Amino acid sequence: MAGAGGGGCPAGNDFQWCFSQVKGAVDEDVAEADIISTVEFNYSGDLLATGDKGGRVVIFQREQENKIRPHSRGEYNVYSTFQSHEPEFDYLKSLEIEEKINKIRWLPQQNAAHFLLSTNDDLRINLWHLEITDRSFNIVDIKPANMEELTEVITAAEFHPHQCNVLVYSSSKGTIRLCDMRSSALCDRHSKFFEEPEDPSSRSFFSEIISSISDVKFSHSGRYMMTRDYLSVKVWDLNMESRPVETHQVHEYLRSKLCSLYENDCIFDKFECCWNGSDSAVMTGSYNNFFRMFDRSTRRDVTLEASRESSKPRASLKPRKVCAGGKRKKDEISVDSLDFNKKILHTAWHPVDNVIAVAATNNLYIFQDKAN
Amino acid sequence: MAAKVWTGGWGAPAWTLASWSCALLSLHVSFLHSKLDVTVKESPTWALSGVCRGRRLTIFSLELKFQAGPGWPWALSGQWGLRAGPSVNLGLLQRQSLLDMSLVKLQLCHMLVEPNLCRSVLIANTVRQIQEEMSRDGAWRGAAPQSVGRVPLDRLVSTEILCRTARGPEAGHPVPDLGDDPLQGPVSELSTVSSAQVPRNPQSSLWDSGNPRENRGSFQKSLDQIFETLENKSPSAVEELFSDVDSSYYDLDTVLTGMMGGTKPGLCDGLEGFATAASPPGSSCKSDLAELDHVVEILVET
Repeated sequence: MAGAGGGGCPAGNDFQWCFSQVKGAVDEDVAEADIISTVEFNYSGDLLATGDKGGRVVIFQREQENKIRPHSRGEYNVYSTFQSHEPEFDYLKSLEIEEKINKIRWLPQQNAAHFLLSTNDDLRINLWHLEITDRSFNIVDIKPANMEELTEVITAAEFHPHQCNVLVYSSSKGTIRLCDMRSSALCDRHSKFFEEPEDPSSRSFFSEIISSISDVKFSHSGRYMMTRDYLSVKVWDLNMESRPVETHQVHEYLRSKLCSLYENDCIFDKFECCWNGSDSAVMTGSYNNFFRMFDRSTRRDVTLEASRESSKPRASLKPRKVCAGGKRKKDEISVDSLDFNKKILHTAWHPVDNVIAVAATNNLYIFQDKAN
Repeated sequence: MAAKVWTGGWGAPAWTLASWSCALLSLHVSFLHSKLDVTVKESPTWALSGVCRGRRLTIFSLELKFQAGPGWPWALSGQWGLRAGPSVNLGLLQRQSLLDMSLVKLQLCHMLVEPNLCRSVLIANTVRQIQEEMSRDGAWRGAAPQSVGRVPLDRLVSTEILCRTARGPEAGHPVPDLGDDPLQGPVSELSTVSSAQVPRNPQSSLWDSGNPRENRGSFQKSLDQIFETLENKSPSAVEELFSDVDSSYYDLDTVLTGMMGGTKPGLCDGLEGFATAASPPGSSCKSDLAELDHVVEILVET
């Protein structure tokens, strides 16, 4: 089993995922500002942060063993909430600054020198030293001289978990570049270039769009990285640039619906993905408030749903199935019944335990394994 | 030298024309407001294929066979109806619709809740791909070969919408209300044979490219403005984009909302299979055939 992080805890079908908590309003009418835009556990998993489009950050803390309220152990309750960003207007540059929280990153250690990557726009990656807040160092810049020549943008970037000089960034053309800041200050030349050759038999006008990578995440071990494109999750070995070592289909039944999804813009949805603590499983979201888990060792996968209906304390989540065509079995959902407005873009997995946080629009669901 | 006017209706499985007094020299087929191109294949069979642009996507193929009958130099008999055209015809239609949709998306990118440069870049790349394939694929079959890639690509682009920026004198050209006449469409992208010149609809349609010289390079230039705006997210640039818009622009919204919401029937139903192999639309076409109540006039000139 791959990866560090303690004894392997396979996920997926081997465990019983149960509802634990849900945070957020029940209202059908969701305000744009309340939509959760990022979810992240800290390094111990005791803290869970969410950010929303309105610029608010909510930090939840896990309850410790409590003799008075024994059932509350393991529950996440609000620890702090604050307005992180306000909408701003930079009068000097005539720029509107959005208040949406794009990403939250927890710092591993106090009082250590920390660097942070920011990819605030699609064309540049800047490096910040956390103690120097008024300037940053530009390390990647793909802006062309003439904007009309722009055909590719940066979609995600991440630092290697252990090698602080290594970073990766993904593009809208389905490529990943690994850069080593030691070899050149400006990482316009990559050390490694990851791209899977295109399958000519499935080529269509939508091929490029669905190959666009929406998220890239290193494994905890640092040996692998995972990318999310519209229909699949791919695991790459950092030592092999020619193709991924694993490909997991998230919702292949959407392949025949790409035109409709292009028309209603769903094809541009940016799904994230995450690893479990031992790197033995990966998780990503889908539509209809479904999310998918893939067990890398057993090659099994499961589809679960975040819904208020199955929100009874410690109620087990029932695996869901989508019927792609033909006769629909009982309990299956047909593709045409899927709600494309209910999308799970952000998910997070506790770094050690089998606890997951799933953001469904303006609600945060927390599920845990029954054994926990 | 009489010109025979023949009319028939969809759904008629077979028909027979009585007589022609002389040789068929040219054939015009008009199908409501759309124009069809005549491709003269080989005598004595003419195959017509074309597009009816409107609420339904309809591909049809019409075969006219001419044979001499007793006492008449020409007799016309034939069959018409819908049959699954070769996949290239289906592809052409779907491609055009996809192109149109993409251009609208590009132009309206600043009306999104969140400006999204990645999305616009991907859409622009899709537009380029379609245009490249159109020019490669014999969409200009029969026409004079274009010397440089740029010119034919731009001819296909709807620049009327893209040119509605603060920049150009082209801005201010009122956008025709799509709601009025959805059947008005572009000239079929199949090439026109010189002997059967299809007259362009004098009333400019939304998607009709105008003067090719004006349009050359304007798609690229328009991209420049769109991308710059999205990159900087500058309110002043957005205002500029809207400054020349008259109220009719916003009338598009109702139509496009319907379009985006997928209420435009048939567009993506037929296009669904496009992602993989183009599947013969025989069955869906037949149902359209049954529902249509159109009258086709064939004018035969001598």
